[in-house]
Amino acid sequence: MMNNIVILPLLIPLVAGLLMGIARGNIPLQRWLSVLSCLFAGAASLLLVKQVFEQGIQTLAMGGWPAPFGIVLVADMLSSLLLVTTSIVSLACLLFAFRTIGSEREQYYFYPLVQFLITGVNGSFLTGDLFNLYVCFEVMLVASYVLLTLGGTRSQLTEGIKYMVINVFASSLFLIAIGYLYAVVGTLNMAHLSIRIAEIGQTGFTTWVAVLLIMVFGLKAALFLHFWLPGSYSAPPAAIAAIFAALLTKVGIYAILRLFSLVFYHQLGITHGLLAVMAALTMIVGGIGAVAYWDIRKVLAYNVIIGVGFVVFGFSLFTPAALTGAIYYLIHDMLMKALLFLLGGCVIWITGSGKIREISGLISNHPLLGWLFFVTVLALTGIPPLSGFAGKYIIIRASLAGGTDQPGGYFLAAIGLLCSLMIMYSLLRIFLHSFWGENTLSLDMEKGSIRGLLSPCLLLMAVGVFYGVGAELVYPYIEQAAVSMLDPDLYIRAVLPEVI
Amino acid sequence: METLMAVTIGILFSIGVYLLLSRTLLRIILGTSVIAYGVNLLIITMGGLNKGGAPILGGEASSYVDPLPQALILTAIVINFAVTAFLLVLAYRTYLVTGTDNIDELRGIDDE
Amino acid sequence: MKTHSMILLTVTRVVVFVIMIFAVQLFLMGHSRPGGGFVGGLAVAAAVVLLYLAADVKTVQLGIPLDFKVLALTGVLIAVATGMGSLIFGQPFLSHAFGHFALPLFGSTELTTVVIFDTGVGLAVLGTALTIIDTISEDISEDICRWKR
Repeated sequence: MMNNIVILPLLIPLVAGLLMGIARGNIPLQRWLSVLSCLFAGAASLLLVKQVFEQGIQTLAMGGWPAPFGIVLVADMLSSLLLVTTSIVSLACLLFAFRTIGSEREQYYFYPLVQFLITGVNGSFLTGDLFNLYVCFEVMLVASYVLLTLGGTRSQLTEGIKYMVINVFASSLFLIAIGYLYAVVGTLNMAHLSIRIAEIGQTGFTTWVAVLLIMVFGLKAALFLHFWLPGSYSAPPAAIAAIFAALLTKVGIYAILRLFSLVFYHQLGITHGLLAVMAALTMIVGGIGAVAYWDIRKVLAYNVIIGVGFVVFGFSLFTPAALTGAIYYLIHDMLMKALLFLLGGCVIWITGSGKIREISGLISNHPLLGWLFFVTVLALTGIPPLSGFAGKYIIIRASLAGGTDQPGGYFLAAIGLLCSLMIMYSLLRIFLHSFWGENTLSLDMEKGSIRGLLSPCLLLMAVGVFYGVGAELVYPYIEQAAVSMLDPDLYIRAVLPEVI
Repeated sequence: METLMAVTIGILFSIGVYLLLSRTLLRIILGTSVIAYGVNLLIITMGGLNKGGAPILGGEASSYVDPLPQALILTAIVINFAVTAFLLVLAYRTYLVTGTDNIDELRGIDDE
Repeated sequence: MKTHSMILLTVTRVVVFVIMIFAVQLFLMGHSRPGGGFVGGLAVAAAVVLLYLAADVKTVQLGIPLDFKVLALTGVLIAVATGMGSLIFGQPFLSHAFGHFALPLFGSTELTTVVIFDTGVGLAVLGTALTIIDTISEDISEDICRWKR
């Protein structure tokens, strides 16, 4: 079933980015193009959600070359929903960037780079080919390298070097895994891989490759192998950090979700067991880090790590309910982490410092900012009816569903709940220290004005509240995504109709 | 032939990892490059080292070489080329800003 | 450093054109034989790099008044636009068409949209390669001072 709409979420940001790069001096035009690109890509993604919901998985064989010979793009419910979220998040971050990013970065291709980053992210969500996934990852990463170091301050450069070297090494490992897989099964199309691996059985070597892929995506998604994240996410300005926090690690998670539901699902004890252990460790380490630091940027960065752990924890249970919860929580996490980073960016923008102990009493001059932050903390902790609750509730219930036969579920659930407490403690500490207390900063002493900065935050908050309160409305879509993940035949039949 | 390739790839990887673990920025970048060469060699070996005609063009040949690993490597080389070039410029710039190329001294934000 | 090698300069004057013509040859062979925009673009880039070596960067840039970044971006845009053409005709993205046309001088010639795509690829490769060379070759220490202010 050929459908050209599938390419649009990839094509629109690419063309917009190219046009912006050519019109380098014209900043107003670049801003307009950024907003338009996000809106159009979002509209195309919404259309895809509707089509997938009504007609099933949509595919597009590029250049008319049928899979598995050509490159194929596949939009199932999971990828379509993530595409919509990506558009919303990037729109909010761009609106925030208009006021905060500064004219020097604008001159040095900030807006085109964001569009290329979105191209890479959307491409990773859509592609149905393992090597193409690598290429889209690289597009995204190269854009992120430049965004991270753009401006060339000391901390950006030193963190940028480490981030790059680690990612280049992880990409090499990814290529090794691709090479091994090609040697074993002779194909790289994901649907074809799924068929062939089901035929030969997931033997020891294939499982070993799967574990290698867990390491690769663990590095990219900060799943336990997260040591690079706190430094590199606290170096760039808030708008860039928010885009990174909302999108980059989530692409790694998406790759895990996709590959370990479609291709490597025969040895659940090994692969998904490893994922569960890594997720538990990630949550614990992230929680400890979030509690330990007194710098807003570091605390927020460790919160990203906890979120990653929680989504993978839901996925590793691999039951329909747990997958529904994991996907729901993944989307919630993208929206709320972007919002959290933008609000944290506002605080730093006002005070010029990220040290929690040096800030106090902001709420007297900035009540809206303070209460937005408070509601975000509640949403991330999982207080009903906000969006964190439904995801956590579904995942925790699913992990307890195994009963005493699966004692690991109890451990995971306990760790998950403990992490919610750590999230709440670490973020409420920011709230109590920087918003309550004696006001030490009068309006004219502030480093920057937050006029107009709260509108993107309000946009994200509105979407987030709708997503939480309207969970009933969204549920059918999420459930379809989970069902199609658990039934690889649906995906295979859409991509390779003549094989089955 | 495969054994020879395996040994070569192993040597490249060990050199690359050794360089990655050193402290000088330039050595680290060279390490990533050497590993990338090892990976490219590995992919071409994984595609099978059989002799045969060029695919698509060699009409009369009895066997063909698998074109896919070559396409993969071409893409990987180009990406690696761009990333290495960027990494080199970044390292030079870091050296100019911080005055050191020792990774131990390149700490980011000071923690409390 | 202003020592131009006379031998290199003299040879370059001839060799650059040979490389350029070879590049065009590679480019035009592209859609049915080994070659194409990628290699063609690289070959042109090699010619320009040879010019950089023989003369110096500033002189060559006077002769080629192009912003290579814009060149690269335009190239990708052309390539993507070729792909988008197939969207208009309801074909899958990146589908290509070809046909035989009777041209005045060449007789019946096979024309294909792949050549337009390849032009884009060639420009992109040329632009990127030269941007990288430019960036590495120029001394960025002045740039840093401007950033630091």
